[in-house]
Amino acid sequence: MTSSLSQQILNRKRRAIARLITYVENNHPKAQQALSELYPHTGQAHLVGVTGAPGTGKSSLVNEIAKAYRRQDISVAILAIDPTSPFSGGAILGDRIRMRELTGDPGVFIRSMASRGNLGGLARAAHDAIKVLDAAGFEVILIETVGAGQSEVEIARTAHTVLVVEAPGLGDDIQAIKAGILEIADIFVVNKADRPGADKTAATLKTMLELGRNKTQQIMHHGALMTINNPLPPSQDDNNPGWQIPVIQTIALKGDGVEGLMAAISNHRQRLIDSGELSKRNRARLADELEALLQAELMRRLTVHVPAETLSDIIAKLVARSLSPYNAMQIILEDYCS
Amino acid sequence: MIERKIRVLVAKPGLDGHDRGAKVVARALRDAGMEVIYTGLRQTPEMIAESALQEDVDVVGLSILSGAHMTLLPVIAQKLKEAEMDHALLVVGGIIPDEDIAPLQEAGVHAVFAPGTSTQDIVSFIKKNVSLN
Ligand SMILES: Nc1nc2c(ncn2[C@@H]2O[C@H](COP(=O)(O)OP(=O)(O)OP(=O)(O)O)[C@@H](O)[C@H]2O)c(=O)[nH]1
Ligand SMILES: [Mg+2]
Repeated sequence: MTSSLSQQILNRKRRAIARLITYVENNHPKAQQALSELYPHTGQAHLVGVTGAPGTGKSSLVNEIAKAYRRQDISVAILAIDPTSPFSGGAILGDRIRMRELTGDPGVFIRSMASRGNLGGLARAAHDAIKVLDAAGFEVILIETVGAGQSEVEIARTAHTVLVVEAPGLGDDIQAIKAGILEIADIFVVNKADRPGADKTAATLKTMLELGRNKTQQIMHHGALMTINNPLPPSQDDNNPGWQIPVIQTIALKGDGVEGLMAAISNHRQRLIDSGELSKRNRARLADELEALLQAELMRRLTVHVPAETLSDIIAKLVARSLSPYNAMQIILEDYCS
Repeated sequence: MIERKIRVLVAKPGLDGHDRGAKVVARALRDAGMEVIYTGLRQTPEMIAESALQEDVDVVGLSILSGAHMTLLPVIAQKLKEAEMDHALLVVGGIIPDEDIAPLQEAGVHAVFAPGTSTQDIVSFIKKNVSLN
């Protein structure tokens, strides 16, 4: 039996879509049932992750990409994720400012989401929100995350096509290296191409892609030969044979370069389908999701049984070095998980 | 376990220029632990209602300095109702003469904050009156 909430979502009732995403974010008991009912209707949308350093123009670009899809009469949902303030637990979600033009189009649905602290929690909420939008029939789902925190990068990584957005003038180095988001790019975008230095940024990225071709290299270190993993991405994506990672310059404010970007996204999707990689990625994502759910639930089942005083006694013993963490783990498992 | 957060749409309807006040309030609400969806300038009543619906907010906070409150606010309240979003708290800040307050409340505005209202008062009003869904 399909509950009225899921039925309304299948009928693309916007209020119901918004409602269920709130339930998902709040861990509301109603969310699980509705998500299970909707699950058979998911798996249709193309998921496009858009990530990169703060202020590179991700939202402006998402706005342009969505407009381009709308010109082809393709429906688009947008999930825009911004960090929660660690001090107050609140957040300012400002991505909609750049998406004014899209509001009011029934073929577009935009939802802002705060990262709300815990790592696994964000991934779960984001993936479940994506399922709601997918079941509602949006053909493309654009997921904007700031490429800073680990969980934000993880979310972008699970998209079918990942755009990593750079901009010139953010400093000499390519900003994203530290955050480790270069490795996940299917397409590089150098936005703000109207600014000086865009060509240089694009050239640097291309050089890095070239260098990354040999994935491992050997170096001499203290007289010994060592093999290290090359941290740079390969220009030929090993996971998606035949895909050359393109570097595309855009001016989001004017829409320049967006046509080329749209072609690249569409080519990438086609490549994923042709190489069988799309189903592989989907499978891997679902396996990850199941594992994360199991982990969270097993942890919850275990920890509800362990009294807070017991745990704090054990931790006191760890501090006093009278018990090792390994022994503590064994004691807890023997007493509470058998 | 249910983990609720108060979600607030902050918008500036009408054509008047700056949004400094709205930004100050947005930051105060964030610092009070709320999730603030900030939509910026020149929002039409339709845009405000549609954004409130998509974001499923508990509160709609508007800043109006243009003097157009009597034309804008009843329309916004009506659009929120049509969007089934009239359970959300509708609050407004701006230069609004005393005699306009009663008719605005009649039209569905829950609170009017005069310039100079402390952000703390706004936070407490929201926390006290919001109905979390
Ligand atoms: N010159 C120029 N400015 C741009 C371009 N695209 C975006 N901007 C400006 O860059 C600033 C940031 O743009 P956003 O689209 O909000 O960037 P973002 O990456 O989404 O920002 P966060 O979500 O805060 O990380 C805004 O002031 C935009 O107007 C561009 O192509 N050229
Ligand atoms: Mg943004």
